[in-house]
Amino acid sequence: MADGSIKDAASILTKVNDYTWDIPMDYKPGMRVPGRIFVSSKLLESLEHDTLTQVSNVATLPGIQKFAMAMPDAHSGYGFPIGGVAAFDRDTGIISPGGVGYDINCGVRIIKTNLTVDEVRPGMKELIELLFHEIPSGVGSKSKIRASDSELTDAFLHGAKWAVESGYGVKEDVEHCEENGYMKIADPGKVSEKARKRGKPQFGTLGSGNHFLEVQYVDEVYDPEVAEVFGLHKGQVTVMIHCGSRGAGHQICDDYLKILDRATHKYGIQLPDRQLACAPAESTEGQNYYKAMAAGANYAWANRQVITHWVREAFTRFFRRDDLGMDLIYDVAHNVAKLEEHTIDTEKKMVYVHRKGATRAFPPGHPDVPLIYRKLGQPVLIPGSMGTPSFVLHGTPKAMDLTFGSACHGSGRVSSRGAAKREFHGETIQKELAVRGICVRATHPSIIAEEAPGVYKPSEEVVDVVHQLGIARKVVKLMPIGVTKG
Amino acid sequence: MAGKKYEYLYHIADAKFRAFGATLEEAFENAALALFNAMIDTSKLKALEERKIEITSPDIKMLLVEWLSELLYLFEVDGIIFSEFRIDKIEKKGGKFSLKGKASGVPIDLLYHKFDTQVKAVTFHELEVEQDKTGEFWIQVVVDT
Repeated sequence: MADGSIKDAASILTKVNDYTWDIPMDYKPGMRVPGRIFVSSKLLESLEHDTLTQVSNVATLPGIQKFAMAMPDAHSGYGFPIGGVAAFDRDTGIISPGGVGYDINCGVRIIKTNLTVDEVRPGMKELIELLFHEIPSGVGSKSKIRASDSELTDAFLHGAKWAVESGYGVKEDVEHCEENGYMKIADPGKVSEKARKRGKPQFGTLGSGNHFLEVQYVDEVYDPEVAEVFGLHKGQVTVMIHCGSRGAGHQICDDYLKILDRATHKYGIQLPDRQLACAPAESTEGQNYYKAMAAGANYAWANRQVITHWVREAFTRFFRRDDLGMDLIYDVAHNVAKLEEHTIDTEKKMVYVHRKGATRAFPPGHPDVPLIYRKLGQPVLIPGSMGTPSFVLHGTPKAMDLTFGSACHGSGRVSSRGAAKREFHGETIQKELAVRGICVRATHPSIIAEEAPGVYKPSEEVVDVVHQLGIARKVVKLMPIGVTKG
Repeated sequence: MAGKKYEYLYHIADAKFRAFGATLEEAFENAALALFNAMIDTSKLKALEERKIEITSPDIKMLLVEWLSELLYLFEVDGIIFSEFRIDKIEKKGGKFSLKGKASGVPIDLLYHKFDTQVKAVTFHELEVEQDKTGEFWIQVVVDT
């Protein structure tokens, strides 16, 4: 059990069904809607008190619709919980940088290959070493690209599309990204000089913390029909990239928290936590943030696209073949706010859906799902933690009913980074993982300790709740064989 | 608390710390020290390069966030690991708070400097700037890592 977890969660929460628990409106003064937490009884045991507080704080924000929600991987963050979903009415609601987070469009993509695990495993150590050197990672690492000012502006405007047009990928890549790799609302004019300076030298860098690049293989197929359309089969090797908008995104969030802090006072919004700073969604301040956030999100799509290109080059060089079939399956954002249409009490409404550590999971037939997947629903990509499985799921109509078309984003921490370093020893974990056939390359051992498998909730448990609820359905399980970390 | 400059507290996803000082300036300096030591042990680093910092903010908590955020910005853009901090004066004038100070540190050399983590940003969450009964100042900060 994690420190700070709730001993008597069941007495605070109202059980709706085996995987749904509500925080009643009287839990905290000012709640406009109840809180809703999607967890199993087992995951409920590791839920922290702070997570409940943060969900109920979000429930006090103007214009919130239905519930302030927390996904099964939820844990306490700052302001909004990590694993939180909240939708705000366009006309009466707010928009909040804290509801997106510092790493705007932190997200995940999966690239397939036509290699098998048996072909790749023997050379894994050398391959991971090559990837570690080809894709810069860690604190202070710099890009191999020297982007000009106009290229930076283009990237803020056109995201993955800019990257592809600049030679980093093929046009099918952008068709397989959420938003086709860029939010059209982006306005680089709303991005500060400081954010530009931080972003400029960091194109194609993984960053640090929980970000990683992983070589995986399909270990289990749950739904062969969907798997076939996604181009996945048992034993096949895939590559997962998990990173975001780097310093550019952090600075955009930082800048607008200050601007929206003033706006909160200006518009007379009462907040239980200053980190929830917000403005009416359609106000000048709110829209300026939205346009800058979209530019940050586009930077992240460009970043993952550039990394994809280098991954393909590295594989081609390593296997001395250029017919490896390294197509992008999909790319999802899990820290972002979007203006979307949802049905609330039988009425269609435009709402700003904030997903902070939550993945969009759109159903079959939705116009935002790429044509080739439209019959089946959007691919939902859930990364595991280092050494634990990742999952591909597909969207369902139920997510539109229950979670504003959202699912979980990972496995969720149960232990702090500091505690992890005291409890786990990086080199020992590296050896243990090697025994299990997982080769880890990091800048140094303590990076491995703070992201040790033991500091996360089991990814299977989290994904099973999503699957059982039916807000996304399991397609395949991916097991790591090689990981690089900043 | 005597002699203790800062301490780290438990937070699940991020780093949380308290910094102390006989004066507000000293507490701000120690908060900066805690911020950089969350990323790397700065005790053996030489302070070779200096940056002057001037900030004006509408309130004291915002001044603290902007002070630490500016240091993170300079760390990332200029590539300096700061280990020594000096704030001359924190002033309240015309309803605003301002500080003048400087930070010194060593340029990042990835061959030698091994970072435990990177602090991405300074949050307003559970942010405190307080003075206790003995007159000592304490500051609480949660940072995003």
